[in-house]
Amino acid sequence: MQIEAVRPSKFGFHRFAAPPEFYRLAGRLIPWFASAAAALAAFGLYLGFFVAPTDFQQGEVYRIIFIHVPASWMAMFIYAVMAFWAGFGIAFNTRMSSMWACAMAPTGALMAFLALWTGALWGRPTWGAYWVWDARMTSTLILLFLYIGFIALHGAIEDPRRADRAAGVLAVVGVVNLPIIYFSVQWWNTLHQGASISPMRAPTMAATMLETMFVMLFAFWSYAIAASLARVRAILLEREKRSTWVQAVTT
Amino acid sequence: MHWSSWSEFWAMGGSAPFVWGAYGVVALAFTAEIVLLRVRWKRAREAARRGADWSDSGSGNAGQP
Repeated sequence: MQIEAVRPSKFGFHRFAAPPEFYRLAGRLIPWFASAAAALAAFGLYLGFFVAPTDFQQGEVYRIIFIHVPASWMAMFIYAVMAFWAGFGIAFNTRMSSMWACAMAPTGALMAFLALWTGALWGRPTWGAYWVWDARMTSTLILLFLYIGFIALHGAIEDPRRADRAAGVLAVVGVVNLPIIYFSVQWWNTLHQGASISPMRAPTMAATMLETMFVMLFAFWSYAIAASLARVRAILLEREKRSTWVQAVTT
Repeated sequence: MHWSSWSEFWAMGGSAPFVWGAYGVVALAFTAEIVLLRVRWKRAREAARRGADWSDSGSGNAGQP
């Protein structure tokens, strides 16, 4: 029977890096992040549909922004965090960080898909096309393929630790795509508009719209954390089902 | 409040298919993910329990690190 050795870490990581501790902590945190996501989403939807005014150019269809921008940002942000933990897992041979990377990938892929889907439904009435091969959209599609590639590669290799390393390398290399997505609207002439929010200057949006977008962003953020924590718990049980601690928590 | 009626709200100024198509799929996707996560966790727990039964019947060194 193949059982991985538990190596004591020479870096003295926090005790939650230990699978049983992390499993318990995740179980305690999920209800908090899930409730925060639900409350923020309810508030954000109220603001988005009943407080935010009609856009003078686009009419009502602009309200897609309140889910499109959070989904797009989360797709990029989750990828960065996933690649960090995947790389960390390779560098320090820590099982938990690789499992955490695996737990984030499907939620990140979902966010990338939703960014493209909501973008298509917003593009049709405003640009006249569901899809164009512009740099921002193409690089976001590549982001979705990177997530799918990570999940598929990990699933194709039977030994979990070898799968962690192979998929981890893919995740780290794919980070190159993130600045391409972010700066695509500046580097190329894209149909996609430039950033409305930038650290360099004041946002070019009405305050209510901006606030609503941030409320929805935090809702998506809390949701993504809750979903990843729920998935990491399942992954822990799957991967360590022969260990004493899993037997203790499941029986 | 800028909607004079619920029908006006649902019409979304003529953009109903786009707005509700976007929001609907987001809601559906999150709901589906939550359901799938629950199923996966329950299955993993069941599989771990079955693993415990094997160790009781004395097959191999299950449960030992």
